[in-house]
Amino acid sequence: MPLILTEEQTMLKEAADGFLGEHAPIAHLRKLRDERDPDGVSRELWRAFGEMGFAGVLIPEAHGGSGLGAVEAGVVAEALGRTLTPSPFMGSGVLAATVLAGGSDEQQAAWLPKIAAGEAIVSLAVDEGPKHAPARMTAMAERSGNGFRLNGAKGFVLDGHVADALIVAAKTGEGIGLFLIDPSTDGVAVERTVMVDAHNAARVTLTDVQVDADALIGSVEGGEALLERALNLGRACAAASLTGAGDQAFQTTLEYLRTRKQFGKLIGEFQALQHRAAHLFSEIEIARAAVMGALQALDAGRDSAPLAVSVAKAKAGRVAELAVQEAVQMHGGVGMTDEFDVGLFMKRVRVLNELLGDAGFHQERMARAQGF
Amino acid sequence: MTDLDTFRAETRAWLEANCPAECRGPVASDEDRVWGGRNATFPTPAHKLWLERMGERGWTAPEWPAEYGGGGLSREQAKVLASEMRRIDAQAPLASFGVWMLGPALLQFGTEEQKQRFLPEIVRGEIRWCQGYSEPGAGSDLAAIQTRAEDRGDHWIVNGQKVWTSYADKADWIFCLVRTDPEAPKHLGISFVLFDMATKGVSTRPITLISGKSPFCETFFDDVRVEKTNLVGTLNRGWDVAKALLAHERTMIGAMGEIGGGRPLGQVATGSLGLDDGGRLDEPMLRARIAELEVDAAAFRLAMERTGDLAKAGQAHPAIASMLKYYGSELNKRRHELLMAAGGSDALEWEGERSRGGATARDWLRTKANSIEGGTSEVQLNIIAKHLLQLPGA
Repeated sequence: MPLILTEEQTMLKEAADGFLGEHAPIAHLRKLRDERDPDGVSRELWRAFGEMGFAGVLIPEAHGGSGLGAVEAGVVAEALGRTLTPSPFMGSGVLAATVLAGGSDEQQAAWLPKIAAGEAIVSLAVDEGPKHAPARMTAMAERSGNGFRLNGAKGFVLDGHVADALIVAAKTGEGIGLFLIDPSTDGVAVERTVMVDAHNAARVTLTDVQVDADALIGSVEGGEALLERALNLGRACAAASLTGAGDQAFQTTLEYLRTRKQFGKLIGEFQALQHRAAHLFSEIEIARAAVMGALQALDAGRDSAPLAVSVAKAKAGRVAELAVQEAVQMHGGVGMTDEFDVGLFMKRVRVLNELLGDAGFHQERMARAQGF
Repeated sequence: MTDLDTFRAETRAWLEANCPAECRGPVASDEDRVWGGRNATFPTPAHKLWLERMGERGWTAPEWPAEYGGGGLSREQAKVLASEMRRIDAQAPLASFGVWMLGPALLQFGTEEQKQRFLPEIVRGEIRWCQGYSEPGAGSDLAAIQTRAEDRGDHWIVNGQKVWTSYADKADWIFCLVRTDPEAPKHLGISFVLFDMATKGVSTRPITLISGKSPFCETFFDDVRVEKTNLVGTLNRGWDVAKALLAHERTMIGAMGEIGGGRPLGQVATGSLGLDDGGRLDEPMLRARIAELEVDAAAFRLAMERTGDLAKAGQAHPAIASMLKYYGSELNKRRHELLMAAGGSDALEWEGERSRGGATARDWLRTKANSIEGGTSEVQLNIIAKHLLQLPGA
């Protein structure tokens, strides 16, 4: 498979970039933030995402989606990274949709069509401490009555404050269970967390939450593998968003280098800045290849896919971090102002870096896989 | 089964049957590479056989047209061949400036006669080439070369000096930049010519480097006769050929660390330093640096592959080779710094059996040239700034 987009994928990219550029540019994020929008995310835009076929890109056609793959999901995620648009796409369209696809016919029929239509928001609750570390999960689901009783505290739950349903990962005696829970169930407490990038997540506390056996998605034995599949897709898409955000910050910076004058010259004429820009260009190209490699490996179902995903997330994360640092520094004083967009990219990249494992997490996985 | 699956199955079977055991596994050191040529040497007889078998199928140059001895494979087939060779840890049968640099330039600029004459010999590893580019006064500013070719009707007489000519003392032929029009602006008076290193008037003197080795030479031309039939491309437009060839050279140097076939860094380090109780390299700071490098290296391999795919699809900017050269050579330098750290004081040994003659240290020092040869990292960044980013005044 060539590591470039096919014609159809290129059309999807143009459609996603075009749609977001028109309907949800950075001004959309600013409006949600400045008006202190009660949701912090636009349901109307999410429905439009459904109409455009973006929300259900990974959802089978039988459930109203377009039944496409990881590469296509990555295309949408990259576009969202460019415009910094708050969207339930990552939480619902990628993470929750992947978990739900491993659920019963009833669970799929109840939620997948609504996600594909951009009508429902479903949030996956995995993280607990400040770092992504699913192996250290402590939330518990004990067998109780005809179902389970859940206890635990989750954080960094994307869109959890506006979720129509929650999927909670918890340890059972036999493995990890993924439980579909109505947020209004007794014992569930949800607290919105407004983040540095003006996107939103939630802290979710579960205190003796009683659910029926049919709340379990898939099986207890298969839960960990299903969760891992969803997380890997999410990580690859987060890497795509990082590339989108990093590249957009870079393009903005290049434009500034071509127009800003100091000492009677365009600052882009100074070799000190040219070389840093050229270095950054190289890094971005390499990150882009790593992301494409990971997305294709997922679609091909290769055994090496999890490692490819870690390469992509670690590399794209470090590169985007460099891109936003350079963007602010090369913009000088105006880069520090709220009025200029580059600071917004810096904030978004920080959040995306932390999401689903930072470079350290993924480099650890690389070291483990290579036996050192 | 798709055609590609069939090709994979056949390739796997052929490699299993034909790649000798001695030619599998990491290449022990630079000395063990097979460069071919009139005076070819082989670490073992099996390596000679391996080259002959691969050369016969054209698989030393898998994507060159079969009519010139190449493998005639599509890009996808060539990827399959490469992955099947990796699967059994097969060593590259041939290291060759002919395959990496001159061949692609001949395919693009050579006459039919030149292609027929030189390409099959290159594929079979029967001719070893060196590159006459840099001169004492023309390093980063390569177009300033002074080596002169005087027109004598059906031939030229060449006088001048080259430097940093890789393996000139071992090469059979040279591809060389000479000034054919001293009056023209510097880029427009250069021609690209080929000649036999055994021609009267050619002499070489190896340069000893910090590694203690002499992969580079000074090369002197004293009234050397060069036939006009050995001009590649248009007279006085050799810079176009030179640039195209440089793109191939840069891609090759960039790939050096990744196609080197050495043992994975983590494996070298655990072999040298051991594991802790948790199964981690017993040197946490070094472990983190190695993991970071391996992520960069894996990403870089994909970038090389993607660049090839873009080129095949007609979407690659020619200057993208500068990105690969810059990144790959810096990466390889980092890799060897970490190899030295992994070896600790063992890696400092300069002589003797145990250290294979100080191979780790000498290879480490050799890599310092990667970001100088073929255009310095700074030159590559200039090219990226100018041609890929269109920055003002670049």
